[in-house]
Amino acid sequence: MSLLTIEGMDAAEISRLLDLADGFVEVLDRPVPKVPALQGRTIGMLFYEASTRTRMSFERAAKALSADTMSFTPSGSSVSKGESLKDTALTVGSMGPDLFVVRHGSTGAPWRVAEWTGLPVINAGDGAHQHPTQALLDCLTLRQHFGSIDGLRVAIVGDIRHSRVARSTAQAFAAMGASVTFVAPATLLPFDVGGWPVETTSDFDGLIAELDVVYMLRIQQERGGGDVFPSIGEYVNRFGLTRRRADRLPAHTMVLHPGPMNRGVEIDPAVADGPRSLVTKQVANGVAVRMAVLFDQLSGTGSR
Amino acid sequence: MIILKGGTVFGADQTLADVAVDGGRVVEIGTVAAGPDDRVIDCSGAWVGPGLVDVHVHLREPGQEWKEDIASGSRSAAAGGFTTVVAMPNTEPAVDSGQMARYVHDRGVEAGVVRVVPSGTISLERAGRKLSHIDDLWAAGVRIFTDDGDSVADAGLLRRAMEYIAELGGIVAQHAEDSGLAGRGHMHEGAISSRLGMIGLPSMAETIIVERDIRLVELTGCRYHVQHVSARATIEVIRRAKAAGLPVTAEVAPHHLAFTDRLVESMNPVAKMYPPLRSDEDVAALRVGLADGTIDCVATDHAPHSAHEKDVPFEEAPRGVIGLETAAAAINTSCALPIADFFDRMAVRPGQLLGLETGPLVVGSPGDVTVFDPAANWTPETFVSKSANSPWIGHELTGRVRSTIYGGQVSFQLGEDGQ
Repeated sequence: MSLLTIEGMDAAEISRLLDLADGFVEVLDRPVPKVPALQGRTIGMLFYEASTRTRMSFERAAKALSADTMSFTPSGSSVSKGESLKDTALTVGSMGPDLFVVRHGSTGAPWRVAEWTGLPVINAGDGAHQHPTQALLDCLTLRQHFGSIDGLRVAIVGDIRHSRVARSTAQAFAAMGASVTFVAPATLLPFDVGGWPVETTSDFDGLIAELDVVYMLRIQQERGGGDVFPSIGEYVNRFGLTRRRADRLPAHTMVLHPGPMNRGVEIDPAVADGPRSLVTKQVANGVAVRMAVLFDQLSGTGSR
Repeated sequence: MIILKGGTVFGADQTLADVAVDGGRVVEIGTVAAGPDDRVIDCSGAWVGPGLVDVHVHLREPGQEWKEDIASGSRSAAAGGFTTVVAMPNTEPAVDSGQMARYVHDRGVEAGVVRVVPSGTISLERAGRKLSHIDDLWAAGVRIFTDDGDSVADAGLLRRAMEYIAELGGIVAQHAEDSGLAGRGHMHEGAISSRLGMIGLPSMAETIIVERDIRLVELTGCRYHVQHVSARATIEVIRRAKAAGLPVTAEVAPHHLAFTDRLVESMNPVAKMYPPLRSDEDVAALRVGLADGTIDCVATDHAPHSAHEKDVPFEEAPRGVIGLETAAAAINTSCALPIADFFDRMAVRPGQLLGLETGPLVVGSPGDVTVFDPAANWTPETFVSKSANSPWIGHELTGRVRSTIYGGQVSFQLGEDGQ
């Protein structure tokens, strides 16, 4: 019963997890934001890629549920001595975790860990493939703000090609009834999105007055995203959420970003910190969503 | 004398007959009476034809003997019905001199269960800059020159190689893959690579190199062989070149005839090889190309890797799958070729590339014979090869090699030695 992908999850299943998360939002608001729900449970965290918010968010979520965590990062571990992912997973697995949370730079790594260890795995991001808890926290954030995701017009803007967030979040938004448009130059779109529930365009300005939500993405230099357009300046001119562009958004339109932000590139600092920004709300919701997912996986009621 | 009893013989015509092999030659075809010292092998229900020839295998020796060596690869080949294999030169060090080629040849003779024909590199150290010791390789028996594993990117270097090798009558074989278009691609570029977020390796990377190379064939007249064709568009280019009378041949690997990029969705690196598994349309075009003869032969691209090397995330895994022991069955399962076409593509035409006297079995044919049961169902689980990186594990196949006769001796018999 792993949570590896958002693919195939329908509105009812997503809503069930969001309802669960709503309850944990309330828990996190309490003077003592902690419940004993997963006391005695241990969560193995295998983070092979740099991460601030996802890793800390899972740790915070686990602790708020009174679970213990075992955290692993490649630097200072046996990976620097040449240990393979499989051996590391089996090693940590033999220390008795109930579940793994896996972040890895390669597509499918969490599937392999699940296969090798036989333990449930939550995918905390694999390559440019999937990041299901990000999709859920984005859904929670929109549902809180707008009341419903159904019918919202959403643009996801930037380096779609190298983004696991775009792959996961677009599917979740679409499953919840939003209409999603990818906005990017051809070189930053996936090669073939024929079967996806999205539209595509390279005309950000043509779309901007019709949007309820603008979801900005970072250019993933580490996956080659910087090599496929002529210059940052040219990119910002066409695809950056500049102040001028933000001023053309309808008054009610909100801005999301999964972080980390490159201020001044895809998003102007004034927009990132301005009244339209739901960025810090996303981060806060990340803890509640991960509590919901951990609870769902380990309390034995999960349906996936 | 070995008497292969009661099979359908691929000979002058396809009839039920016994085949007698003695002294390294086929000595009788018809109804053969067995004497007390003869070994009789029951071939009822099976096809009996010339020993299979694979012009593209990686035996990993010297340099990577933990994956395979010439002896283990030879036994694996015999178990797959092969009597001749061409060892690719991308060993460590590479086979770029006569001395290296003779080493590979001699190790094959020592193993003694299959004819191991060395191939040689086009470029020195397979580095793509200067020509290898071509004359020296030719003198050591090399007929196929290739930098397999990489394309010869430099068209000037390839032109010089073709001009030189054309004079000898040798074959330039190309692993066709434009490095710029291929980039860091891990799998076929298409809807599935897009969904999985993996960098795609477009079909165009193959086709564009073959298009270019055929211009050089026009210029030089050199025999040119396209290795492991994977893309529909490439087959069209080859078809046009053949129609124009150019000396162009091509091979296809069994996995490209059987699987598509959907196999990558398993996330298991057993689905990783270059060129990558492509689309349904490509598989369909490859099957048509093999059936109509545009693609001359099947070649396994047998590429062993140890379990620990493949037990990693897909993108980190080395590329390649083994294929010798499943090739005949896989081709029969995917393509269901009639007996004459089966032996033509698996033995006769690849044998002709090497200048072997491979052909329909007649009295006087070499004593290299394969017995293949086209109706036997089995599911591959274990292998004679040192490695087990096979995409067919757990997949039922129809057709199985029962016996292999190499040089008049039984080199493999199903049911013996724990098989």
